Amino acid sequence: MIKSLLVANRGEIACRIFRTAQRMNVRTVAVYSDADAQARHVRAADVAVRIGPAPARESYLDIPALLEAARASGAQAIHPGYGFLAENAQFAEACSKAGLIFIGPPAAAIHAMGSKIVAKTRMRAAGVPVLPGYAGERQELAHLEREARALGLPLIIKPAAGGGGKGMQIVRQSGELAPALAAARRLAESAFGDGALLLERYLPAPRHLEVQVFADTHGNFLHLGDRDCSIQRRHQKLIEEAPAPAVPAEVRERLRAAALVVARAVGYVSAGTVEFLYDGREFYFMEMNTRLQVEHTVTEAVTGLDLVEWQLRVAAGDRLPLSQDQVRLEGHAIEARVCAEDPARGFLPSAGRLALLEWPRMDSVRVDAGFGSGDTVPDSYDSLLGKVIAWGGTRDEAAARLARALDETRSAGIATNERWLARILRAPVFLEVRHHIALLDQNLADFAGPGTVPAEALTLAALALHSAAFAELPAGAPAARPTRTASPWQLLDGFTPNLVTPIAYSFSWRGQRSTVELEYADGAPVAATITGGTRAALTDSQTTSETVAARIGAQRLHARYLIVGAHVYLWRGEAQYDLLLDDPRTHEYSATAAVGGLTTPLPGVVVSVPVTVGSKVSAGEVLMVIEAMKMEHTITAPHAGTVKAIHFARGDRVPEGKELLELAAE
Amino acid sequence: MFLGGPPLVKAATGEDIDAESLGGADVHCRESGVCDHYAENDTHALAIARRVVARLKAATPTAPPQTPQEPQYAAQDLYGLLPANLRKPYDVREVIARLVDASELDEFKQLYGTTLVCGFAHLGGYPVGILANNGVLFSESALKGTHFIELCAREQIPLLFLQNITGFMVGRRAEAGGIAKDGAKLVTAVACAAVPKMTVIIGGSYGAGNYAMCGRAYGPRFLFQWPNARISVMGGEQAASVLATVKREQLKAKGSAWPTDDEESFKRPIREQYERQGHPYYSSARLWDDGVIDPKDTRRVLALTLAVARNAPQEPQTFGVFRM
Repeated sequence: MIKSLLVANRGEIACRIFRTAQRMNVRTVAVYSDADAQARHVRAADVAVRIGPAPARESYLDIPALLEAARASGAQAIHPGYGFLAENAQFAEACSKAGLIFIGPPAAAIHAMGSKIVAKTRMRAAGVPVLPGYAGERQELAHLEREARALGLPLIIKPAAGGGGKGMQIVRQSGELAPALAAARRLAESAFGDGALLLERYLPAPRHLEVQVFADTHGNFLHLGDRDCSIQRRHQKLIEEAPAPAVPAEVRERLRAAALVVARAVGYVSAGTVEFLYDGREFYFMEMNTRLQVEHTVTEAVTGLDLVEWQLRVAAGDRLPLSQDQVRLEGHAIEARVCAEDPARGFLPSAGRLALLEWPRMDSVRVDAGFGSGDTVPDSYDSLLGKVIAWGGTRDEAAARLARALDETRSAGIATNERWLARILRAPVFLEVRHHIALLDQNLADFAGPGTVPAEALTLAALALHSAAFAELPAGAPAARPTRTASPWQLLDGFTPNLVTPIAYSFSWRGQRSTVELEYADGAPVAATITGGTRAALTDSQTTSETVAARIGAQRLHARYLIVGAHVYLWRGEAQYDLLLDDPRTHEYSATAAVGGLTTPLPGVVVSVPVTVGSKVSAGEVLMVIEAMKMEHTITAPHAGTVKAIHFARGDRVPEGKELLELAAE
Repeated sequence: MFLGGPPLVKAATGEDIDAESLGGADVHCRESGVCDHYAENDTHALAIARRVVARLKAATPTAPPQTPQEPQYAAQDLYGLLPANLRKPYDVREVIARLVDASELDEFKQLYGTTLVCGFAHLGGYPVGILANNGVLFSESALKGTHFIELCAREQIPLLFLQNITGFMVGRRAEAGGIAKDGAKLVTAVACAAVPKMTVIIGGSYGAGNYAMCGRAYGPRFLFQWPNARISVMGGEQAASVLATVKREQLKAKGSAWPTDDEESFKRPIREQYERQGHPYYSSARLWDDGVIDPKDTRRVLALTLAVARNAPQEPQTFGVFRM
């Protein structure tokens, strides 16, 4: 058995691999770049070695640095995780040459599947269905265009050396063909260093199916069921499930058999995934991922197996522990990838400190997390924070459970996508298996969240803010008046003799500004009015350091909240709101800029005039320099404009208060 | 802002100028330096004012010396305890029990001069000496009150006066007993006590009783009234009767009779005038007190005033001559 393992990766996958390794009493070594010095995966291993500065190219992709880290730490084996160097044949080779066990397939298999062109050609030869297309040696643009016309539209152009959906061009109209080919060539060269392209029939709305295969060094091959990863945005998978739903038994059998043919054809070893597109009638080979995948977790959930453990055993030379008929699949599992992106702002990646990141703790829910509360998300790598996987007896059960688990996933400080993912899991199109790989790209608006903040959320946020701002709250205690002796003037609970005290809080959310006016009587809130809305009676308000509850109108409502600086985060069931408090005390006021013309503040002599009449200047640019009182005084442009007139020249004496130049505003 | 506005300037020197150019914010913040801060709008001005106040030297700490304790009796009860008719008596200790910490009152001379309840208590954690009317003021009550005030003055304990007083006892016995000088002693003590004094008029406040119980003229730091309070030199009925008596004597001297109806129409407007002008809203509207407060807010309001009073320096204590 392997005694020590270095994981050449980071984030959740490194943490996950360490967990299994530690369970197997394998010594663990983590590597990290400067950006990850405080990351969780570093703390999760027995030993950690720094491999370079933040850029991946100089750290996680730096083969010599990784090999040196292995040597220095005495690691026996290297697990590449996914991404980075996981499918880099040179890395696998370099590991073997350095006498390290590479946890994965032989370099030759990686190489074979590394080129899409080579892969497709071999698969066609092996009898595996492939999409009609062109995957030939001749790569002149003119030839490609001829082949494209023969193939027919719609078609897709892919970089042969590419992966992860990058650089692909879809051509629907004949006029788009030539420019698309040119663009694809340029992109392929710059992104992958190889301009080779392949052409394929384009399926407009296929599903993405894949089969998990496993092989050992004794010639045993098995499949561990299939998965459906059709929920993708721009070819990035977001929700994956096992087994693939709504696939006829006969098709499923052929699918799994085809996957095994593929694995055998390249002499595969260890874990791998064969990916297919399914158009409802037929499936077509796409590519093989010669590594452990992000979504291996759903296969683990339905098989009850630990694939990393199998990888370590196979790498140590063991046989696969089970035979094909001993592999049992039970129930249904779905995974959601929680990422640091903002679905409301075009999935803009977010980086920064997570004031809060809470993961769900529920039965039949697994969490593989790389980040937690207090961690900082660097901007140098991908946006995956962690994965939430739910198992259920049926697909509906799993989907509902996962959606609820995502409701219980809470983040504050940077934007995340868990609420958006939950909306997809609850959507009829997903539950009725009418989804496909283009669904999200085509119908993004269907999954948008609420466009406005409901009045109840604003009211709860205002209540939480007021209680938190003016009362000392020990964790979990009800927000009572301060119990320690303090001047009665410090009880700022809104007491005003005889009058109901209005206390207003203004929030802005996605550019919408709302003001909540709370009425306090006898120290307790009695009503809330949102500007423009009706007054709602409030009773029974209770605030702790984490939750706020009140009866508003006829409903009893409660929410979880967190205040970070001027942000009030509120979580209520499926919804999360990030409200920015508009505190007039924090407004920046800019006094109006200098009014009037350009006059000298004191008499002196002109020493320099760097501009001429007609010069176009920007705000702050130097127009004239005057010497007076043994000091130089610069006259700068108060705004951008054109110099209209200059009244003094170099050497002239200027009296105080005289206008020196005229500047016309743009 | 200007010493002389545009019309005055025009009249004085003939200069034609508008208010903004003469004394606007730009003039006084940029040129004259008369103003210290430039605010864009009201909210900005408030923010600036807050910054300025935050820089001021911190006031002396006004936290109470002991932890406040809620009374054992609900303030809500006051609504039921106070009789609608000010003539009806009730035990003022019921009111005190709903004001003071833990409803604890350490009474002074409890069995003597029983129409004035005197005692030590804490309110909101602050020590306080309470004088509360429980009937008409007799010589004994006045003497007791005087002694109590002197004690509080020596210990620098603030005084709280709960007024519900029609006046001092009248009649031959009281006069011969020296109520004039005994009342004067109480008034002297009230006037000269250098500790903070707070007054709440919880019922009637008439005549000399108002003076003895620290009415406005005696400089309480704060004076509040309850909505059922009535304040005037004497009650409306009494004033009407007194004036009617005078008028009847005058008519009698002239030899006329005064029919009852006429007497009634003479008395009614007097009664009404007293009723209107003795009403707490009338006096509050003229700033003769610091506010009409809800009885159940009294405890909180008094705690706030006691805290405020600690900010003021202790004044030297001297008493005038007590008429013996």
